[in-house]
Order: sequence, then C-alpha cells, then structure tokens
Amino acid sequence: MLSVGIAAPDFELNSTPDQKLALSDLKGKKVILAFYPADFSPVCGDQMTLYNETLRFFKKHNAELLGISVDSKWCHLAFSQSRNFHFPLLSDFEPKGKISKMYGAYDEREGESQRALFVIDEEGIIRWSYLSPVGINPGAEGILEALEKLDAIKMH
Amino acid sequence: MSTQLKPPVNKKDHIQGDPDAPIELLEYGDYQCPHCGRAYPIIKNIQKRLGKKLKFAFRNFPLTEIHPDAFNAAVAAEAAGQQKKFWEMHDIIFEHQRLLATENILMYAKETGLNMAEFSRDIQSDVFLNKVEDDIESGIRSGVNGTPSFYVNGKKYNGSWEEEEFVNFLSQLLVRI
Repeated sequence: MLSVGIAAPDFELNSTPDQKLALSDLKGKKVILAFYPADFSPVCGDQMTLYNETLRFFKKHNAELLGISVDSKWCHLAFSQSRNFHFPLLSDFEPKGKISKMYGAYDEREGESQRALFVIDEEGIIRWSYLSPVGINPGAEGILEALEKLDAIKMH
Repeated sequence: MSTQLKPPVNKKDHIQGDPDAPIELLEYGDYQCPHCGRAYPIIKNIQKRLGKKLKFAFRNFPLTEIHPDAFNAAVAAEAAGQQKKFWEMHDIIFEHQRLLATENILMYAKETGLNMAEFSRDIQSDVFLNKVEDDIESGIRSGVNGTPSFYVNGKKYNGSWEEEEFVNFLSQLLVRI
C-alpha cells in the first residue's frame, strides 16, 4: 500500500460508460478512495451501500468518495442503479487493476482489488490509509475519524 | 476500526429486560432489511432463553437508499415510544416488514392502540426524526458495517447470530462474569 505522507498518484478512469474522472479533477477537495473486490456483494452488509448512507457525513468535511474495483463500466452502471448510489464507481478494468496495483491494493491471486481505503487531502497528499481483511467490511468510522483529524489540524 | 459502542446504552435508548442484567445486547437494525427481519424472532427466543440475565436495546440504522420505507418506519416506532409503545410498534413493524407504506404504518399504529391524533403529529416532528439521525450517527461511530449489527456489553459482536451460536456465546460470557 502507498504510504501516508506521499502525493497520491493521479489517474483517470471511467466513472460512467461515456465519462472519465481524474483524481486531479478533485483538487481542492478531500478524496476518499475506496478500493473493493467486486460489485454485487450481499446487500445489507455491503460496504458501498453503507458509504452511500454516510456520504452526507463525508461531505461535511469537503470530501468526495470514489469507489474503485476491476468491474467494467457497464457492471458499475447496473450496480449503481440497483443500489441508488450518489457517488461515482470507477472502473479499473483495462489494463486490469492498473490503478489498484499502483496504490498497492491489488490481490494478484483473486484478480481483484483489495478492500483498501485512502483519505487524500485538498493538496493531493495521502493522509490516512487502511487495509481491511477482504471478507470484512471496515465500516465508515475510520474514514470519518481521519477526516475530522484533518479538519482539526487545519483549525490550529 | 472501532468496535466500541459510542455512546454506551443510556436513557435515550429503548431497553427491554432487567436494567441490571449482566448481559447487555444492542442491535442496530433497519425495519426493511430482510436480515433484520430474520434476526427478529431469533432475538425474541434468545430473550426468552436468557430471561433476567439479558437486557436488549435497539437503535435505528435505516439504509434509506435501498430501503425507501425504512426511515419512516423508524420514525414511527420512535413516535410510538412517546406513548410508551415503542416495543409494540417495533414488533408489529418487523412482523409486517414487507408492508411499510404510510397507510400500513397508520394501520399498525391503530392496532397498537396509539392515540392517532398524537401519533400523526409526532411522526412529522423533528424530535423523532432527529432521534433516528442520531442513532445513525452513533452507529457509524461505533463501526456499524451492515444490518443487523450487534453489540454485546458495549463491544461489537462479529460472530454468528444464529440462535444456538449466539446463545452459546452469551452463555459463555455469563460463566466468566
């Protein structure tokens, strides 16, 4: 995993079938990168479904959430529509897992992204990261605490 | 990641059972979530089996984007709580969790014997809406990662909540206390 304190490498991936989103497009905002293994995991314990509910807490800290997996843009579209997501899912599809690998968040054996979280500040520096065991949804509390700490530092 | 219940169970919570029971079980649940619906009778059985040794508390964690009626159902149960009928409403909602449109909720309220004028006013009040919002925020801070999420004596329980496994876990806790 890329370590805290370094500049988050830029990338550009499909966020919808006909749109691309670059990390650098979000400069001036905090960004939460949530790498996850696969679309359509069981509903009520699903990490992206949970984050969809916690977005309003992230937004209070000027933070945007990006979900990233190796699923195709069409699969992401179907997943997003079925769960009513209000944040982009990025498709790390071709070359497969390139960005996940760049962030050190790729499981070579499964051919999927790991369950890895990064919080990036307004200047594009990685300020917090967490690698979760693949079967365990880490919840939103770690992200929220990291965002609060960043805002607290700024106040001083 | 946090595994501690924040804040601990307090007087704002709805609690069933002996307040001095050695085991405190808290659920974050969503009235429209099928897993919570399946957990509902299991919890009832566990309460029966552990009797005075268990108290049970419930906080709301509606996943509103996939369960469009869950938030209103949560508010309705909280509003019923104002008339000391939280658990009656909680139960009837879980027993009919596929039918949670407003007209259904009003029918359950009537069956529960609520004062309908007060109830109709209370379900539109910010007080109960804020209670549900506060529950959600406390859930996030406690590390809720899906529904149902259970906390035993203030710590997140990640084991199985099938009846036998859960009772075994809780009973072993009793031995240690």
